[in-house]
Amino acid sequence: MSSMERVITTLSHKEPDRVPLFLFVTMHGAKELGISIEEYFSNADNVVEGQLRMQKKYNNDCIYAFFYAALEIEAFGGTVNFLEDGPPNAGLPFIRNFDEIPNLQPPKVKDSKPLHKVLTAIQKLKEYVKEEVPIIGVVMSPFSIPIMQLGFDKYYDLMFFHEDLFDRLMKVNEEFCVDWANAQLEAGATAICYYDPVSSPTIIPRNKYLSTGFKTAKRTIARIKGPTATHFASGNSLQIIDDVSQTGTAIVSASTFEDIVLIKKACRDKLTVLGNLNGIEMRRWTSEIANQNVRNLIMNAAPGGGFILSDNHGEIPFQVPEEVLLTISEAVHIHGRYPIEL
Amino acid sequence: MNKKKIQDLKYSTVQFERALLAIDRTTAERIISEFKNDPDRMQIISELVTNALENIGNAWEEGKVALSQVYMSGIICEELIDKLFSSFGNKQINNPVIAIAVFEDFHVLGKRIIYSTLRAGGFNIIDLGNGLSAETLVKEVKEKSIKILLLSVLMLPSALRIKQLNKLLTGIDVKVIVGGAPFRFDDRLWIEVGADATGKDPSETLKIVTKLVGEIK
Ligand code: B12
Repeated sequence: MSSMERVITTLSHKEPDRVPLFLFVTMHGAKELGISIEEYFSNADNVVEGQLRMQKKYNNDCIYAFFYAALEIEAFGGTVNFLEDGPPNAGLPFIRNFDEIPNLQPPKVKDSKPLHKVLTAIQKLKEYVKEEVPIIGVVMSPFSIPIMQLGFDKYYDLMFFHEDLFDRLMKVNEEFCVDWANAQLEAGATAICYYDPVSSPTIIPRNKYLSTGFKTAKRTIARIKGPTATHFASGNSLQIIDDVSQTGTAIVSASTFEDIVLIKKACRDKLTVLGNLNGIEMRRWTSEIANQNVRNLIMNAAPGGGFILSDNHGEIPFQVPEEVLLTISEAVHIHGRYPIEL
Repeated sequence: MNKKKIQDLKYSTVQFERALLAIDRTTAERIISEFKNDPDRMQIISELVTNALENIGNAWEEGKVALSQVYMSGIICEELIDKLFSSFGNKQINNPVIAIAVFEDFHVLGKRIIYSTLRAGGFNIIDLGNGLSAETLVKEVKEKSIKILLLSVLMLPSALRIKQLNKLLTGIDVKVIVGGAPFRFDDRLWIEVGADATGKDPSETLKIVTKLVGEIK
């Protein structure tokens, strides 16, 4: 089976030849090319080269077209701070005051230089992998991006106490998100990963989610012209699985803090589970531990399909050694053959 | 405290906790104001507030409440304590110098939550700010004679660099408590970076600080 066939089979809740592996490597591409993280992301060709090399090296079942979250903030005119040994972060929030919200306009994807780098990378990657390997595009959800636009404390304040302005901000962000997701699909992305950790019960209670993030997700996902995966960036999801399944998404992430068996059960025939290796701890895994963790995860979550193995955040930290990633990949190839030996 | 009072306190704690979770400031204030004229009011109110915040922190750790509730509860309690205690004309605990900072990165919510919980618990805390480097922190520790230094981070590289800070702090009489998402995901990371303790949530942090302050005194 090709990676694409493997993934499509598991998405239809059937068992493919083996468990698909989505190794969400981003910054490791810079290591491959021997350049800084900042330089790596400054040019689409670097990311194309990096992703292709890593896909081969780790036998990865996806190409990950994610640069970094704060790229969308650049599109809004905000700033980004690069680090030598980690992902860049958004600079100070560009909305300083709530009264700027009524005049805020969604940036146009076609006019945005930073976003064009990603679109170019996707187009070039598509020429190489064609329909063999799925290309995963990424958007921040309209409901989660405000933490970078406003700051976290101000966003809580807006969400809980300023309903009109909150609604207005969602409108702007939804327009942008749909435009951005569809541009990536048009460039050749197979599916869109919708990052929405603020909707996680780790961050807001379910009743608040139902009146906010859930509605936003439903409206936004309906307008995205391709399959989506909803990702909580290692936030919990068990409590809201049923709700998430009503937003029109196909895949849901699982946190390392939750029991994958319960998540899998809750998702049965409705959603494919993506997860849930602990990326932060991964940095110091020995090959025995890596092998054991992959094996346990596969035994607990893989039977019956509807499962893609990955880390629980959607990005492997820069500090995770290549050897650990190679061991994880090998372990998936050994223990992940269907039917799973229990 | 007599039996009746302890019973009352238990009941009020449950009510108070409910009000906090529902972000209902008015009810929260009414509940603690009921103890305004009690001769043990300082002790009672402190206990009520810390118990409620402790329960809420634990519930977050167990995935039963959300961070928004932890955050709002801390802020409400901090405001209520400030308001009531200043109206009593009583001073807060005279603790050894405690300071908090966001180390290297600029994610301020974790620091804000810990700061308000500790203040609601009666401690005086110096807020050193955000994005502080190791060098600046060493200077601050010496200049202000800080005895307990709380560091919040969100990004893994910042967490790892606390190791260098701790090396620079060798020989200086200060306890370093670290926290933030990377320390929750890797429960051995605090040892690796040479910290004296870590707290997974505000309630654990309150316990650790209370214990350390007792030891230092
Ligand atoms: C919501 C979220 C997002 C949102 C907003 C993030 C933000 N705040 O800016 C979005 C979607 C935008 C996002 C993006 C990114 N994220 Co993010 N995100 C999260 C998530 C789910 C919650 C983060 C958060 O702000 N929590 C609120 C704070 C207050 O929680 P906390 O730090 O745990 O604090 C609590 C305790 O730890 C403790 N505590 C805190 N400080 C202290 C201090 C002391 C002394 C003590 C004792 C205790 C203590 O008390 C607090 C309250 O209980 C976490 C995963 C998770 N489950 O936690 C990832 C996480 C923070 N993200 C992460 C990363 C990497 C990113 C990105 C860099 C990804 C990328 N490549 O672009 C970007 C950066 C965005 C930016 N700012 O530029 C990583 C960071 C670790 C790492 N791998 O380096 C995390 C931990 C995910 C993971 N498991 O790896 N993210």
